[in-house]
Order: sequence, then structure tokens, then C-alpha cells
Amino acid sequence: MAATPTVEARPSADVAGVPPRAARRRGRPGRLGDLVLRLVAGLVLVYLFIPIAVIVAFSFNDPAGKFNLTWKGFTLDNWADPFRYSQLTEALWTSLQVAALSTAVSIVLGTLVAVALVRQRFSGDKLVETFLVLPLTAPEVVMGASLLTLFLDLGWNRGFGTIVIAHIGFEVSFVALTVRARVRGLDWTLEDAAMDLGAPPLRTFLRVTLPMIVPGIVAAAMLSFALSLDDFIITFFNSGSTVTYPLYVNAATKASLPPQINVLATTILLVSLLLIGVVTLWQRRRLTT
Amino acid sequence: MAGVATSGRRRSRVAPYLLVAPAIVYLVIFFVVPIWSLFRTSLSSNAGSVFLPELKFSWEWSNYGDALSDFRNQILRSFWYATVATVVCLVMAYPLAYVIAFKSGRYKNLLLGLVILPFFVTFLVRTLAWKTILADDGWVVDALDAVGLLPREGRLLSTSWAVIGGLIYNFVPFMVLPLYVSLEKIDPALLEAARDLYSSSWRAFRRVVLPLSMPGLLAGSLLVFIPASGDFINADYLGSTQTRMIGNVVQQQFLVVKDYPAAAALSFLLMAIILVAVLAYTWALGTEDLV
Repeated sequence: MAATPTVEARPSADVAGVPPRAARRRGRPGRLGDLVLRLVAGLVLVYLFIPIAVIVAFSFNDPAGKFNLTWKGFTLDNWADPFRYSQLTEALWTSLQVAALSTAVSIVLGTLVAVALVRQRFSGDKLVETFLVLPLTAPEVVMGASLLTLFLDLGWNRGFGTIVIAHIGFEVSFVALTVRARVRGLDWTLEDAAMDLGAPPLRTFLRVTLPMIVPGIVAAAMLSFALSLDDFIITFFNSGSTVTYPLYVNAATKASLPPQINVLATTILLVSLLLIGVVTLWQRRRLTT
Repeated sequence: MAGVATSGRRRSRVAPYLLVAPAIVYLVIFFVVPIWSLFRTSLSSNAGSVFLPELKFSWEWSNYGDALSDFRNQILRSFWYATVATVVCLVMAYPLAYVIAFKSGRYKNLLLGLVILPFFVTFLVRTLAWKTILADDGWVVDALDAVGLLPREGRLLSTSWAVIGGLIYNFVPFMVLPLYVSLEKIDPALLEAARDLYSSSWRAFRRVVLPLSMPGLLAGSLLVFIPASGDFINADYLGSTQTRMIGNVVQQQFLVVKDYPAAAALSFLLMAIILVAVLAYTWALGTEDLV
């Protein structure tokens, strides 16, 4: 892939469509090149999995000291007692609450914007689109720091509430863009058809509009929930004394890393995969019926 | 957009603004106002003590000069790490995105799922896993040592390589996905046409596929470069005091030292440099179209 054959003349700047003289037909694209390409792609995928495999494996580790970073021996004890560290369990519970609450709000705000952008052109719609992308272009550390200065200016105590506020802030854009991408190709004339056939607006919304946009909303909600559950940097700046799951993990890296962190991480992974499987099946069934 | 023209008659003129308003108002209050507040802080001076800071807005532009000179190394390091990480991510992600887009057949969705799988494991825990993998007594260090490729520090953890490696790992899916989206849009007939016109596959790639994938390449580069240059987790977990980045300083100045003006000035410098880099890069690639 890397070396251009030197015998081949560089493409001249003439009109496309005129076959360059120096080009030789090579027949089928190189089998070897194809193989190398697939091999590289495979290796990159393997690379993506190595740490995940390590995380899952270390949930079965029996660490000698406080830090679950070196392999000592296989045990099932960690899985038998996943909630052994009550602060870890509480932190995870806090994270789930933050994720649920912030997702609920951001889904409403984001979906409304997405529907407005997709259904109808209005003056300023491009501006709204650009504005939605802006929060995604600021580094997280700046987002976190700027919210912190606001809360300091306002004299607000940082804690659960400020974490939820911060999370909604970055989720709204993701939700709006995801829902917009998913509902873009929909046929909105179906709404008109329903109303032409005498359906009242509420009924049209419930029976036509909502079923059309629900898959997009579900996808956005899952994304938003996952982003919230995973966020560390922005949360770190605005948490006060509230501890979320990532904050617990961060504090633990300084004091002690119990294998239960890996057990819960693996559980989150499995639950996510299960959810995605269920949603995929559900959407496939919706399509066939 | 097909429905817009035909169904415009019943649409109200106010409705879209009512739908858009809640989110926009929210983002103004909790994104624009905070940035403004950060900006004011970056130009303030501390009238109180270290323990009880009392910020006064005073157009203190020297905060920026101080931040630049005090943290020059961290600033340069951040952008160097982020640049290397972006280039390596691009080199790694392109073949993968290409294979998923053109050669994966019915396994396309499965492969895409595998690319985003790491997102379902907490960012911090993933980074900690690299600490295990790169540990001094781990097999990676042993293997590199055996073939004489170990960096001169004699270890991997706490080196620049570990930090850059962590950045690459955490952000490579952000490069794969937009690249895939733009590659997937390319009509395979264009490649056939190139081949029929006696193009070699390498030239078809360079003249057809690569130009058409530019939007994805740009989007992916930004999605890697921006978070990488502001990150502090990888430097914190995998690096040492010699690998500290802007993010580490901002975090420490804000949350430990509580020198808010300096931290705010540094945050704005970070954003300004990112903005310049992004504009230059966009201009160089000659595309403004993201996705």
C-alpha cells in the first residue's frame, strides 16, 4: 500500500475520462493488497479488544495487594460478592440516577430541536445547527472548567444537581444530532395523510408521528445514557462531594483498586450488549410487521 | 426534505421556534454563559488571599502571558501528543473503515458494533487496563525488550509513548466512525469506472476514494485531536510528571491550587490554539463539509 510504483507516470491534470497513456491494466485488484488490508483491519480490531479482555480477565483475579493490576490467580470470589464495597455500589447507583435523570431531560430538549430541524425550514435553522455542534467542539476540560466558574459566580453548592445540569449540557447536542440523523429520511407527508383522512392532531401524533421517531429516540437515549455513565472530566469539575462511578474509580487509583471495579465494568458491558441485542431484534420485528 | 414543500401549508411559522427554544435557552445558560464567565475569570486578578480567593475583573491580560510562559512545555507537549495521536489514529482507522465499508458484506453491522464496543466499558477502567498491559513486569515490555525495541527509559509506563498510546486507544473509534460514514456513501460504480478506464487500484484509491472520504477524514481528525489535546487522564494514569499536558495543569490549577484566573487563561489558550489548528487543517484539506 505504502509505495507507489515508480514506473507509473503521475496522473496528468487532463480531463477525467481520457485514459492516461502510461496506465497499465492490472487486471483484478491485487489479491495480496486485499489480504494485507484485511489483516491490518483485523489487527486494529484486536487492538481495540485487548484492554477489554484484560478488564474481563482481571475481574477473576485474586490480587495479593490492594491494587488489582497484576495477575495473581483465578478466583470467583469477586463475582460472588460484587457489592462488597458499599461506596463503589453507591457510586454506581448515583451514576445510574444521574444518567437516567439527565437523559430524560436531554431527550425531550434534543428531540424537539431535531423534529423542528427536520420537518420544516425556518430562518435561522442553519444557525441552530451550528450552535448545536459548538458544545461538541469544546474540549471537555474547558466545558467542565467553564461550568465550575459559573457555579462559583452564582455561589451554588456543587453536587448531584450540578452534575445533572452539566450532563444535560453535553447530552442535548448528541441527542439532537442523533435523532435528526435518524428521522431525516422519514416521510412526513404521512402526517398530512392521516389528517386528511380525518384523524385529529393528537391522534395523528400518537399513531403516526411518535411511532416514526421512536427508534431514533431510543438510539439517542442509549447514547446519552452511556455518555453520562462514562463521563469523568466534566463531572470531576462539578461534583462537590458527590461520587459517581468514574469518580470512585479515579479516587481508587490512588488508594486501592478492588477487582469489584472490573466485575461491575464487565456487568455494564454485558447489560449494554444485551440491551442493544434486544433493541435490534425489536426494531427488526417492527420492520417486518 | 421531500415533505417540506408539499406539506408546508399547515405548518405554523412559530412552531419551529417553540420547539427549538427550550434546548437553545438551556445551552445559552449552561454553555454560553459559563464560557463567558470563564473568559471574565481569565481576565481577573485575585484581590483576596490564596485560601479565600476574591476575584476582581480587571482586564488582566498578563494572565495569558504568564500562562504561556509558565506552562509553555505542557502546551507544546499537549499539541505534539495530540498531533501524533491523530496521525496514528488515521493510519490505523482508514484500513479498518475501508474494509467495513467495502469488504465486510453481511458482517458490516457486526464489525461496526465491535468498533464501538469499548465505549461500553468506562473510559477510566479502559485506561487502567493499559496500565496492566504496559506494566514493567508485563509481557509487552518483555517482548519489546527481547527484540531490542524498548525505549531508552527501559520501560513503557510513565513514558510519552504510553500516554500517546493511551490517547490513540481511547480515541481511535472516533476516527473509524466518520471515515466509515463517508466511505460508505461512495458509489462502488465509481471504482468500477476507474478500473474500466485502466486505473490501477492504488490510483483509483488516490483519485477517487481518498478525495471523496475527505469529509470523514476531517471530522475524524477533529474528533480525535480536540479531546486528545485537552485530555488529562492518559497523562495522569500512564505518564509521569514529565508527560503532563494542558489538561493536567488546568485541572490542578482549578481544583487543587485554586488559581482560577491562571487556569481560565490556560483554558482559553487551549481553545484558541485548537481553533487555529482546526481552521488551518480545514483549509489545507480544502473541505468545509463535515459528514
